[in-house]
Amino acid sequence: MGNKNKISLLIFALIIFTLPAILQNNYHLMVLNVAALNIMVVIGLNLLMGYAGQISLGHAAFFGLGAYLSAIFTATCGFPLWPAMIMAMVIAGIVAYTIGIPTLKLEGHYLVMATLGFNIIIYIVMVQFDAVTGGPSGFAGIPRLRLGDFTFQSDRQIYYLFWALSIAVLFFSMNLTHSRVGRAMAALSHNEIAAGCAGIDTDGYKVKIFVISGVLASLAGSLYAHYITFISPGTFGFFYSIQVVTMVLVGGMASLWGSVFGAILLTLLPEVLHAVQEYNVLIYGLILMAVLVFFPRGLFPGIAGVFAKRRTAVPPDSREQLALEKRVWCRK
Amino acid sequence: MVQEVTFQGNQKILETREVTLRFGGLEALNGLSFSVTPHQIVSIIGPNGAGKTTLLNAITGVYSPHCGEIFFHGTPISRLKPFQIAALGINRTFQQAQLFSNMSVLQNVMVGMHPKTRAGFLSGALHPPGERREEKKIRERAESLLEFFGLVPKADWTPGHLSIAEQKRLEISRAMASEPELLLLDEPVAGLNIRETEALGDLIIRLKERGQTIILVEHNMHLVMGISDWLIVLHHGSKIGEGRPEEMQKDSQVVEAYLGR
Amino acid sequence: MTLSLQIFQFILSGLTTGSTYALIAIGFSLIHNATGIVNFAQGEFVMLGGMFMITFYTFLKLPMLLGFVLTVFSVAAVGLLLERGPIRHARSKEILILVMITIGASIFIKGFSMILWGKNPMTLPPFSGEAPIVFLGAAVMPQSIWIFGITIGVVAALNYFFKGTMTGKAMRAVAASRRSAMLTGIPVDRMILLSFTLSGALGAVAGIILTPITTTSYDVGVMLGLKGFSAAILGGYGSMPGAVVGGLLLGILESLAAGLISSEYKDALAFLILLTALFFKPSGIMGRGRLRQV
Repeated sequence: MGNKNKISLLIFALIIFTLPAILQNNYHLMVLNVAALNIMVVIGLNLLMGYAGQISLGHAAFFGLGAYLSAIFTATCGFPLWPAMIMAMVIAGIVAYTIGIPTLKLEGHYLVMATLGFNIIIYIVMVQFDAVTGGPSGFAGIPRLRLGDFTFQSDRQIYYLFWALSIAVLFFSMNLTHSRVGRAMAALSHNEIAAGCAGIDTDGYKVKIFVISGVLASLAGSLYAHYITFISPGTFGFFYSIQVVTMVLVGGMASLWGSVFGAILLTLLPEVLHAVQEYNVLIYGLILMAVLVFFPRGLFPGIAGVFAKRRTAVPPDSREQLALEKRVWCRK
Repeated sequence: MVQEVTFQGNQKILETREVTLRFGGLEALNGLSFSVTPHQIVSIIGPNGAGKTTLLNAITGVYSPHCGEIFFHGTPISRLKPFQIAALGINRTFQQAQLFSNMSVLQNVMVGMHPKTRAGFLSGALHPPGERREEKKIRERAESLLEFFGLVPKADWTPGHLSIAEQKRLEISRAMASEPELLLLDEPVAGLNIRETEALGDLIIRLKERGQTIILVEHNMHLVMGISDWLIVLHHGSKIGEGRPEEMQKDSQVVEAYLGR
Repeated sequence: MTLSLQIFQFILSGLTTGSTYALIAIGFSLIHNATGIVNFAQGEFVMLGGMFMITFYTFLKLPMLLGFVLTVFSVAAVGLLLERGPIRHARSKEILILVMITIGASIFIKGFSMILWGKNPMTLPPFSGEAPIVFLGAAVMPQSIWIFGITIGVVAALNYFFKGTMTGKAMRAVAASRRSAMLTGIPVDRMILLSFTLSGALGAVAGIILTPITTTSYDVGVMLGLKGFSAAILGGYGSMPGAVVGGLLLGILESLAAGLISSEYKDALAFLILLTALFFKPSGIMGRGRLRQV
């Protein structure tokens, strides 16, 4: 990735890691912790939607799988923490692979329907399989996050862990989008047939990126479970799938930074709307519609353009005003 | 630089045998058989709807023939997927240039190198030295290709801002990036003026001189007669003639197909 | 009760819910045929049908028939507003964006209903009493007969509309090829508006006839919409006979699964059936496969 991106990442990390000194309210930290986890999910989804050109309305299922599997492995089966989370990720990956292969052959709304159906099936299993999952009343007593002897007790400690992981995910994803695979995915999202004829295994990449996005969501879900120490099916329903897709769209599908800010914005938004709790749903729908109607490319592509390595080459006799940020997606 | 292509032996580089392809009730390709000798420019001509683009799609794996087989260096390829065929050494351009307008001109060519490069997800994410070296080589080769095709000043532009002639050249350079033995060009000079057509024609000849085998689908008879070594004439999905350009000009069946009775 | 009689009973009740799924599925197909998008607010139209009817009939004490007509018009108006508003003014015509807009609309409508009508489930009295009628040994609710009858009536009316009237034929033309329709002078925009309005009306009808059996609340729209959508896909997306077949089939399979296997997992089973159908024949039971054009 270009130097501009590296600097931006550094500045972002700096801001993030100095924030806790300013924020004394634990509740604020908690919201930001959840935002960090949402960023992980949203980055995976952005790779899937923006780069591989596929849509999933079922990612809450992977988030939930990560949460429940990790909870069950640690609390019920007594496995150690990090291996349990990794096992959950592996299982989520296998599930993503299994449903990915037939699903990604479907087009457009069939794909949407399949991911949605998958989400609902998993949700129902979470609710009904109550011997294992605790049913609608949820699963409590999930062990906290630990590294060796150190247990992450406070929101503040969790903050550093989650944001470190989140920024790492962002860093690796940015590398990826600037690499050979990133170009292949961008090509695939733009013109699948031409990409195939150019030598890109389009089906293979679609499945792989689906798996990666599922695994990322699973990781986020596991971290969530061990943070809140209590989970219930309601968190992992269809509405969360819509929320994360909204974060990607609001942020702008063309850029990872857009997704980061979209995730932060839309995690904070319901908290801001807390005062009008009843209107939460209505306003969410209104914002979703408004952004999509008026800003179909997202709210942040302009900012992403700032971070992208600026191209100064403009066609000399062009009379149109060219929005630079609309022109080049992939950075060198 | 464009790689010189060397080829051993006398074998046909491409051969189709009784290839038949149906769309619903329509037979787009009907028992088509022909073969292509390496290092030549073979032009496929015929009236609209004769099946020329369908043939290219069949060769590159976009469609699978219902009957018959296609051989590349003797290996059957009709069941392979497009990306596998590209990896074997066949690449193509499209009737309307299918460029990736979400990336720069240079990046379009870099993408073309996909089958010849290796870095995967892990290397892409971790960015180790081996991957950095490969990226550097990709960029250098892409730049040299742009130089050959005269597109270096516009390397950072998006394809949408190029002229049609430049877009066509870009698409060819992207196809050449994968170092294909066999290059399929689908109406490369459609929409170009006389000067641009001549320039592209010269470019194609230069590619052939470097050892490239080229199958050309074209309507522009002047170009076809000027640069082809061999002509194959299609009509309603069947081959109605093949031979050297001068011979085909005189062939009555061919003339009839073009002008009607 | 013997097993075969039980199964017969399940099938009958499956036909009941299946009929409403069919109506919802037709609503989906209408909009998809005209615009290519999936209208995720369709389920909310159904919910609104029940809610408006309750408002007119139960709260405002209007006669049932009048309430019925007013409800249909009201929800049709909602459909109209959806098209004229967000959909028409959307700056991007990409299908994904438009679909997400309908999702936004469905969330908005849901939130609106929650505030307007509260969260408690409400219901309508059955149209003609509750005494079950015995049919071939199985018990049939009179409401079910209303549902069958009205559904058949609606489907017949739609059939006549599409085959016998100019407007209906114009809509079919738009579905077949938008550009050709435009070239022959058909006002495509108006046809699209009509498709949304009609879908609203259909949703309303489905909601009204179903509510006496299943009750309604602000959040039933999601599930109903999804099931209707599943039915549409099961039967072959875009075809009206397919929607009917898909709806009835889904209703029956769901009922059988609930009765014979497990009623808790019945929703999951419905979607499992859908996924399986999608994986093996994406074009649906009555759909035709499509060859990709290059």
